[in-house]
Amino acid sequence: MAAPISAPASAQAGLPLPTTGMPRHQVIALAVMVLFFALAPFAGLYSVFLMKVMCFALFACAFNLLLGYVGLLSFGHAAYFGFSSYLAAHAAKAWGFTPELAILFAVAGSALIGLAFGALAIRRQGIYFAMITLALAQMVFFFCLQAPFTGGENGIQSVPRPPLFGFIPMQGDLQVYWLVFALFIGGFLLVYRIVHSPFGQVLKAIRENEPRAISLGYRVDHYKLIAFVLSAALAGLAGAAKAFVVQLASLTDVAWQMSGEVVLMTLVGGMGTMFGPVVGAFTIITMQTYLAEFGAWVTVIQGGIFLLCVLAFRRGIVGEVARLTRKSF
Amino acid sequence: MTADYILETRGLTKEFKGFTAVNQVDLKVRRGTIHALIGPNGAGKTTCFNLLTKFLQPTRGAISYNGRDITRMKPADVARLGLIRSFQISAVFPHLTVLENVRIALQRSRGASFDFWRSDTALDSFNERALELIEWVGLSDYAGSVAVEMPYGRKRALEIATTLALEPEMMLLDEPTAGMGHEDIDRIVQLVKRVSAGRTVLMVEHNLSVVSTLCETITVLTRGQVLAEGDYQSVSTNPEVIQAYMGTAHG
Repeated sequence: MAAPISAPASAQAGLPLPTTGMPRHQVIALAVMVLFFALAPFAGLYSVFLMKVMCFALFACAFNLLLGYVGLLSFGHAAYFGFSSYLAAHAAKAWGFTPELAILFAVAGSALIGLAFGALAIRRQGIYFAMITLALAQMVFFFCLQAPFTGGENGIQSVPRPPLFGFIPMQGDLQVYWLVFALFIGGFLLVYRIVHSPFGQVLKAIRENEPRAISLGYRVDHYKLIAFVLSAALAGLAGAAKAFVVQLASLTDVAWQMSGEVVLMTLVGGMGTMFGPVVGAFTIITMQTYLAEFGAWVTVIQGGIFLLCVLAFRRGIVGEVARLTRKSF
Repeated sequence: MTADYILETRGLTKEFKGFTAVNQVDLKVRRGTIHALIGPNGAGKTTCFNLLTKFLQPTRGAISYNGRDITRMKPADVARLGLIRSFQISAVFPHLTVLENVRIALQRSRGASFDFWRSDTALDSFNERALELIEWVGLSDYAGSVAVEMPYGRKRALEIATTLALEPEMMLLDEPTAGMGHEDIDRIVQLVKRVSAGRTVLMVEHNLSVVSTLCETITVLTRGQVLAEGDYQSVSTNPEVIQAYMGTAHG
């Protein structure tokens, strides 16, 4: 028999050869994810449900960028998600912005808030960091409750869907679906790139051993702040997209429970993994949608699943898969 | 004497609540030497280290490095001047590979650290230099291993490779041989000796045989104060030192 033609160049134990580019199993996982969301609306799944999943998945990916890759637990991410939703809704409704401009405006707004809040919060660590982000997010909540343009308890309702770029019609759910799909995949790939970049490598070093990173001459606060702003902007992207999906911006999205929900999604899916937040968001939104008939029991069931996760598979769904297959996802 | 000192402190003092950990320390480290800081537990050695590398702010006193006042600088900026420290517990990035650990340091000194839009394949350009350093500290067989899975002594070697990647002018080693067996100690001693060529090393060390083989100058600290200074011969025969530090061990 002929010897295998292309044996890996250096299969010997010690020598690493640099992992270059996206490993094959991740390319496959990515393809599965893209195909799923591209085909699901034609396979009978409700498109608004899928769009919500994608918005929350992107939100969770943004959050995971901080928690999973820098080790920062922000407990106020609803502020960027929800406020951005208000900004996009207001820009579209009151100023007649087209969707892409409204989204751009909202993302810029959440990045700015992220810059201000991040600059304050990163001065502290651990639980203090979490508490500062929570307190700042609560300020945003009360602002949204009181400010004249947000509609108080009613929120901003019947957000219009003007044509994208001024000429692509956005009336039907399926048309909005492709916009959300593009934003989600684009956002996901951006997170992937950030994590797998020279910058992302420094973030991981900071997460692993911050004093050592400092002693090597890294001004870690700069890196944390940039990561914070990127995370806030991506959370804002998710929130802005959601405003067009449900045609509503409301207090729910800016409330502290929403900050908790994104933590839950990320942990259930697997923090510090690329696909975990997507799986987590899918799981939680599915439960909320399809178990809705159980009413208040949904929360109890969610709590149960969360407990199960923490007790039985602490790494989250994708984290456990990664452990079992010894591959990173 | 017209010796050239790379690092000097004047009246360096650190007070914690109601307790003076470092008290009026005047330390002078001569360029190109290996200098040891020894003393019994709680003598203030590690606090002293943290002050020198700015991980702690001194209460009083001044520190100058290469003739430059660094008393109020931030730790990352001190590192950028070429004064790099190690830690008592091994300072590696545990879940990164050996190669990645060294690349983190190379990346800092050679740029590209803020590029979040570029692929990390850009980092492969550091591989050659990283592997050179890894080989230099004798870790070639481990290059692909995850740091946390290596034996303790190897982690210290990795730490040194990472530090060397920055080509520091001065290295501060906090108990480089703590918790090691004989074989590992010998390896690290050889490594420190090689590392010290062309640079200055200040180390905290408990193991006196290590100190006597490596260090030209020894400063003895007790209760935050300098008790004696000199070469091993003069320090080890100093009656005050014997009494305060070595106790009856030499008796």
